[in-house]
This record gives sequence, structure tokens and C-alpha cells, in this order.
Amino acid sequence: MRNDRLLFEQLEISLDAGQMLVVEGPNGCGKTSLLRILTGLRMADGGEILWRGEPIDRLAGDYFEQVNYVGHHDGVKHELSCLENLRLARAMGAPSSIDLDDVLEQVNLYAYGETDVGSLSAGQKRRLALARLLATEATLWILDEPFTSLDKASMAMFSSVFERHLQQQGMIVMTSHHDISLPQQALQRLMLGMPS
Amino acid sequence: MSHRLSLSQAFVFLLRRDLLLALRNRAEYAMPLLFFVLVITMFPLALGASPQLLARIAPGVIWVAALLAAMLSLDSIFRSDFDDGSLEQILLSPHPIALLVLAKVSAHWLVTGLPLLIVAPLLAEMLGMPADAQTTLLLTILIGTPILSLIGAIGVALTVGLRKGGIILSLLVLPLYVPVLIFAASATENAASGFDPSAQIYMLLAFLFLSISLSPWATAAALRMSAS
Repeated sequence: MRNDRLLFEQLEISLDAGQMLVVEGPNGCGKTSLLRILTGLRMADGGEILWRGEPIDRLAGDYFEQVNYVGHHDGVKHELSCLENLRLARAMGAPSSIDLDDVLEQVNLYAYGETDVGSLSAGQKRRLALARLLATEATLWILDEPFTSLDKASMAMFSSVFERHLQQQGMIVMTSHHDISLPQQALQRLMLGMPS
Repeated sequence: MSHRLSLSQAFVFLLRRDLLLALRNRAEYAMPLLFFVLVITMFPLALGASPQLLARIAPGVIWVAALLAAMLSLDSIFRSDFDDGSLEQILLSPHPIALLVLAKVSAHWLVTGLPLLIVAPLLAEMLGMPADAQTTLLLTILIGTPILSLIGAIGVALTVGLRKGGIILSLLVLPLYVPVLIFAASATENAASGFDPSAQIYMLLAFLFLSISLSPWATAAALRMSAS
């Protein structure tokens, strides 16, 4: 429900390790709301979300450790440098074993490690937000329009990052208006209805 | 997988991050302090140079100014984190949110409350406050300003999701500030007129411990509501 409007009901989805769920639908159909409910940021008005058979509100911290969410907002601090932002992300989650310089290298921001994020472009900020996925170790990635303001090369680069995550038995739930070039067998699509 | 930071490390990390952000936004955080100093220096100019009168009103003036300065700075506890999405990331952290909130509130106090404590002796001297009363004044500011930050954090957490939360915030928080104001000002006044201020000081300490133990949880719950 948003503003007393029913967004969806009778929704049942399950996702296995190594699979990706793409939520599709027109603007305002509740994609972001669904994603925020899945992260646990927002309470569903009815129904429940299970993680390995247990409701997420009972798991709380143990669930949050497994989840990495990149929403509409990049969630990066403009006054801090790229490296400082990633260190913060690690402190707030479960750090992965990759060196942060390598993470920046992967998302093509290596030269900007010490640069204040405020002076980066929108696409570079987005790349830094997505670099959080690599800097921390989470099984489930929940991504709201991850490709916003990315160029073609970066989109291809992140597609291959997603593919690798799926091969390592990770899971991804995302919304996107862009076409995703991933193997079809790992892909589930959920079409949300028209707003009425 | 379980090499995540211990809770105390995460606490210190978030505290340091907020202090660093404050350092890089110096101008914004200097505002409340400037306000505090300006308001108090205006009083002698407006009321005329009558030492007895100034010494008499000094505790009240300093405390009212401190309270308003604290209100002025409240919004900065969570506003920028809410606007750029960092708050979501903090809420999705596996660490207990209440303790992360406490780290943020501590940073806020170090940046806005502590400077008041440092300049207060100068202002008290300027208003001609007796030396005994000055010690009590500093003690009340030391105990009182963290209470203001802690209570204020609940109010900010409740209103941060609203676009024009400023007015509601002051209406929400001000009544809760009034007891602190009454006890702190009356402790200082007691000391100035030669009485023992310890009863009021103990009362303030009780407020402080109550707010340290309750406010972070209330703030965390309110932040969850605002973020959803």
C-alpha cells in the first residue's frame, strides 16, 4: 500500500541461490516499495518475507548482514573521498577480503581514491555506490535501478559482476528499465501491474 | 564471513566519520556557537551596563541561549544522512541501530555541545557572574547539553522524513527541554546567591542517565518509521 493505494497482493515469489529476479513494470507500480519491503526497511502491510525459511523480522541483524541494498540514492557522502566511503560501508556491514584499491580498480575509479565524492559525476557516484557490493560480502543484492546514469561500458562491466555473483551462488533482486544481458536460465521476471 | 567489525569498532568508526564530516562542513557547525555568543553579547548592549542586573540574569540568559543554539543544530544529526541515502545503509547494518545512533549523537554533542562549554566561562565572566556560580554553570552545561542532544535526536528522527519538519520539531522538543532549563538555571542561581546547588545537579544527572538509556532506542525506532 502506498498513499492508501493497493500496489500488489497475492504475490508469491521464491528465489534460489544463483538466481536473479528482475522486477518490471511501469512507473509508480510499486517496484521500489517491493524492494524496500524485501530489504526490511519497510514493513509489508500483510504477508511475510522468509530468508532460508525464517521471517526476516525475527532474523534482524543476521539477515541484514546477508543483504546489500543500493537504492535510488547512492548513499555516499559527498564530503568524504571514495576510499573513506568504502571503508565506512565495510564498517557498517560484513567486509569482503578484496583490497579496496582493487575494488576501485574494478569499477574504474582507481584514480579517484582520494578525491572527494562531491566533485565526481553522477555516473561515477553510481559506480562508487555499486562498488559497495564488492567491498562487502553479502549473498543477496537488492538493486533499485542500478544502471541509472551509467555509460554502456560501465553497464557491461557491472553485468559481468552480477553474472559472477550469480555463479558464486549469490542472489540478486533488481529493477531495471534497461535490457539485461544475462543467461536466461538464471533469470526470473516479475511483472507488476498497471497503476489504476 | 564473520570478520565484520566488533560493535565497539563500528561505534568508534561512525563517531570518527561524523567528526570528519563536521570538520569538512565547519561553517555549518560553527553557526550554533556563533549564535550562542552573539545572543549573549547582545544582552549587555540592550540592557545597559548595570553589573548587578547582568550578574543576576546571567544564568538564565546563558541557558536560554544554549538551549536555542542546541535546537538550531539539531536537524544536522540525521538530515544529510537521510537526504543522501546513508541513513538507509546505517539502518541496514547488522549492528544494533540504537548504539550506532548513540555514536551519531555523541559526535553531535562533541561538535555542538562541547564548544558551548568551552566559551561559556568567557561569557559568564563578561556578564560578571561570581566565581562559584561559574563552576556550577559549567557543570550544568556539561550535564545538560548531552541531554539536549539525546532528546533532540528523538525529535529529529521523527521529523526527518517530513519536508517541512522544522516547526513540528521545535514544538515537539521544546517542552521536553524545559525541565533541563529550569533545573540548570536554578542550580546556577542557587550557587550565585550562596546556596547549595547539589539537589538540582543530581536531578540533572538523573535526566542524563534516563536519556542515555532510553533515547537511543526511541530514536532508532523513530528512524525506522521515518525511513519506511
